[in-house]
Amino acid sequence: MLEVANLKKYFPVEKSFLDKLLASQKSFVHAVDDISFSMDRGDILGLVGESGSGKSTTGRICLKLIEPTSGKIVFGGIELSKLRGEELRRFRRNMQMIFQDPTSSLSPRIKVGEAIRHALSFQGEGELSEQIERTRAMLERVGLKPWSSFYDRYPHQLSGGQRQRVVIARALVLNPKFVVADEPIAMVDVSVRAQILELMLELKREFYLTYLFITHDLAMANYVCRSIAIMYLGKIVETGPKEAVFERPLHPYTLALLSSIPVPDPKVKLERIIPKGEIPSPINPPKGCRFHPRCPYAQSICSEREPQLEEIRPNQHAACFFPRE
Amino acid sequence: MPLLEIQSLVVEYHAIRANVKAVDRVSLSLEKGHTLGIVGESGCGKSTLGLSTLRLVPPPGKIVSGQITLDGIDVVNCSEEEIRRVRGKRVGYIFQDPMTSLNPVKRIGGHFVEMIRTHEPGVGEEDALKRAKEVLNRLGILPERINDFPHQFSGGMRQRVMIGLALALGPDLLIADEPTTSLDVIVEAQIIELLKELKKSLGLTLVLITHNIGIVAETADRVAVMYAGRIAELGETGSLFEKPMHPYTQALLNSVPNITKKDQVLSWIPGAPPDLTEPPHGCLFHPRCPYAFDRCKKEEPLLLKHDSSEVACHLYDRR
Repeated sequence: MLEVANLKKYFPVEKSFLDKLLASQKSFVHAVDDISFSMDRGDILGLVGESGSGKSTTGRICLKLIEPTSGKIVFGGIELSKLRGEELRRFRRNMQMIFQDPTSSLSPRIKVGEAIRHALSFQGEGELSEQIERTRAMLERVGLKPWSSFYDRYPHQLSGGQRQRVVIARALVLNPKFVVADEPIAMVDVSVRAQILELMLELKREFYLTYLFITHDLAMANYVCRSIAIMYLGKIVETGPKEAVFERPLHPYTLALLSSIPVPDPKVKLERIIPKGEIPSPINPPKGCRFHPRCPYAQSICSEREPQLEEIRPNQHAACFFPRE
Repeated sequence: MPLLEIQSLVVEYHAIRANVKAVDRVSLSLEKGHTLGIVGESGCGKSTLGLSTLRLVPPPGKIVSGQITLDGIDVVNCSEEEIRRVRGKRVGYIFQDPMTSLNPVKRIGGHFVEMIRTHEPGVGEEDALKRAKEVLNRLGILPERINDFPHQFSGGMRQRVMIGLALALGPDLLIADEPTTSLDVIVEAQIIELLKELKKSLGLTLVLITHNIGIVAETADRVAVMYAGRIAELGETGSLFEKPMHPYTQALLNSVPNITKKDQVLSWIPGAPPDLTEPPHGCLFHPRCPYAFDRCKKEEPLLLKHDSSEVACHLYDRR
């Protein structure tokens, strides 16, 4: 249903006055650098990585919220970059986004019921009375029951978990096919997180949704997703079914991520392989394999040539010259 | 004698319409060399509790009653002069956000010099810098970076600097409030490993305030679970995770995904934490508790000893 091919996004770096005078070379943040993946209807793909890996940029490009530098996105047979103006606006009903922070993604001055209804009215869906009817049903569907005690409330009158439900309702009221969820539970209280996840999974089954789930939390991705793509410095370094990636990781970076997660069980003692240092600047990413300066298994070839994603086990791809077996 | 002892501490924030008890009758003690984890959701009072041990609760917050004894010093009632000697010198504090805790126009070395010379005016600038270099070196930062400014450091490095500042004067107690929350997974693991190593090599006593259950499981000897300003349960880490007693602890532990478990089913706690301007009657958790019965709505449970742990729940109080 969604096909992303050779996607690139470079953001230009603001130059100082002196640099302009000296006409020095333009530099770019290589936020997303040549990634490809595809999703079938009903998939839940987890895009996992640290901050600065380009996962949020990828999510936004998939919804055409930002234009890619190059590359192709085909959604249900239609190439997104070809769509313009009114056509694009109408097409957007198929794809929606759930943002990380429910507080800043709802206007403090708009009643939450109206916020949801606006999505319908922007797309010109039905008469006012029908819009209100659908909004009420959606509020109840996301667990804000009865609708009458929520429709006329303002965001500040709701708890964090309830606000995130409103954001989910607003994203789903148009019956989209594809939803990008960017860290949907990062700002929600720990005790309520599982409930929001469960709601998202339920709605997925009910509306036959496809989720691109962006997160830095591997344990959460393990719980929700079917397949995983691990990103590092703008590249996908490993991808495959969840079980394969988490139980038998191939890329040293995946291995490092997995061994870094604190496990909520004092009996589990992990043998840790923690790489030194931090994710380098995406302005001048390292040559060759981008992980090589931090990789404990790096050899000379890793700094010279860039490894490509290759199928190493059935359906499991990794971009590494020396994948872990 | 325990290094830190807190007895029925009450901290209130005074607002125009209501007073909020952010910390309500909290009692706990911490032996030298031990690590205490304080866990809870946002707004449960864990940070306020940490700040009150140094009398740093910002206004309109105020310690209303209770005792805090730190190695014989009465923190609540001692003079401003005395508490200033405790802060930084006897107790190191690592704040939540390493991005905003450092002065952006001061070199890293300058932070150390200011800190060391405030407490030990006799130390010259050269000596202070020398000590700073030793501390940084131990934390994995090259000593020559002492002349850099904070913005030249990454998030993880800044947190190392913060830990260095907290340790520079050789404190007995280190309080870390969400030390890894704004950091990435791998950097988080680096910092946790560093804290574990320092604990071992320096014999540090550590209070670790966090909402991350995993970090507590890994580092703490004892855990205090806080809910709405009160301690719900307090016990040894092993037994608390093995056999959580308080329904809140049980629910909290079941709501955290564990990557080492297959086909885990997560549960959650219905509703949201209470509004502390209008706390519910009786047990503060009863509106969300699946086992709540009549008594829970009327009478507030006390934190009572039960085997090796303490729990505030009527289910275990057979009086």
